[in-house]
Amino acid sequence: MRERILEIVRSAVHDLNEELNYPELESPNEATTLHGGEEGLDSLSLVSLIVDLEGRVSDEVGHAVVLADEKAMSERNSPYRTVGSLTDFIVTRCGAGA
Amino acid sequence: MSDMSGKGRVMIITGTRKGIGLDLSHHYLDRGWTVVGCSRGESDLKHERYRHWCVDVADEPEVVKMVRDTAKEFGRLDAVVNNAGIASMNHAVLTPLSTVRKVFETNVFGTFMFCREAAKVMMRAKKGRLVNCATVATPLKLEGEAAYAASKAAIESLTEVLAREFAPFHVTVNAVGPTPIATDLIRSVPPEKIEALIGSQAVKRLGESRDVANVVDFFLRDESDFVTGQTVYLGGIS
Repeated sequence: MRERILEIVRSAVHDLNEELNYPELESPNEATTLHGGEEGLDSLSLVSLIVDLEGRVSDEVGHAVVLADEKAMSERNSPYRTVGSLTDFIVTRCGAGA
Repeated sequence: MSDMSGKGRVMIITGTRKGIGLDLSHHYLDRGWTVVGCSRGESDLKHERYRHWCVDVADEPEVVKMVRDTAKEFGRLDAVVNNAGIASMNHAVLTPLSTVRKVFETNVFGTFMFCREAAKVMMRAKKGRLVNCATVATPLKLEGEAAYAASKAAIESLTEVLAREFAPFHVTVNAVGPTPIATDLIRSVPPEKIEALIGSQAVKRLGESRDVANVVDFFLRDESDFVTGQTVYLGGIS
């Protein structure tokens, strides 16, 4: 399950970057920063990514997850920090355990 | 005007079993829209372009499923009218917290969740119309309606903030604020209070569903893409 979700996240980030053209997002891996600090996405791009991911997870895995989270904009604890943390977050929301 | 036809367009209206929600359903079905409605109970409305969901608008998983399944079935979601609402007509001293909670759950949380979930679909399409329901009880600061008026004030605030958050995705968010309309919502209000309220309006008559539909029509127009974050009160209340 985790590998599948990771692939979905990487693919969504890659597709989003077709418009953004950020060099650091060209080949996203688990450590790639999505949110926080100097790097990462601006808030509107992050919103777009999350909306896109909810759709992809629903279509490809069959889970109607809501990825809203109270720690969303936290610099240190946001589940959206990196591709890896976002993957773990989605896996947890899918009820499959991180 | 070509865009006043809803042919091929899909709209969610909440609270469609009776009252304004039912009237709005007929109004938009007559104009060619596909209407997906909901209420806690079954609906008597039968139409080839009407779908009904038995949903509590304060239940997050139910709302998420309804919006996503609607988008999946029809491949689009053009508009949402957050009509479902409950009132509490009582002095604050006589209002239990459980009532306040219930009013906020349906009116505020329900509206928030339908806006949030519908916006996700609309943001991908880069267009959409969200219409919320406010009330003249808020600007008139009506005594005996503290919980109801406060919940609708929250909806006005939501409308204004969401308008800004969704604007980059070409989704507008507006609200219509009706005067009293002869529905179940005001059934328990004494006639003299209704008379006094009507007396405070510029146009002194009860509102009708068509008055609400007229404002919603305006918000839904393609040409209204520059109109967002607005609450329009009926009857000349400001």
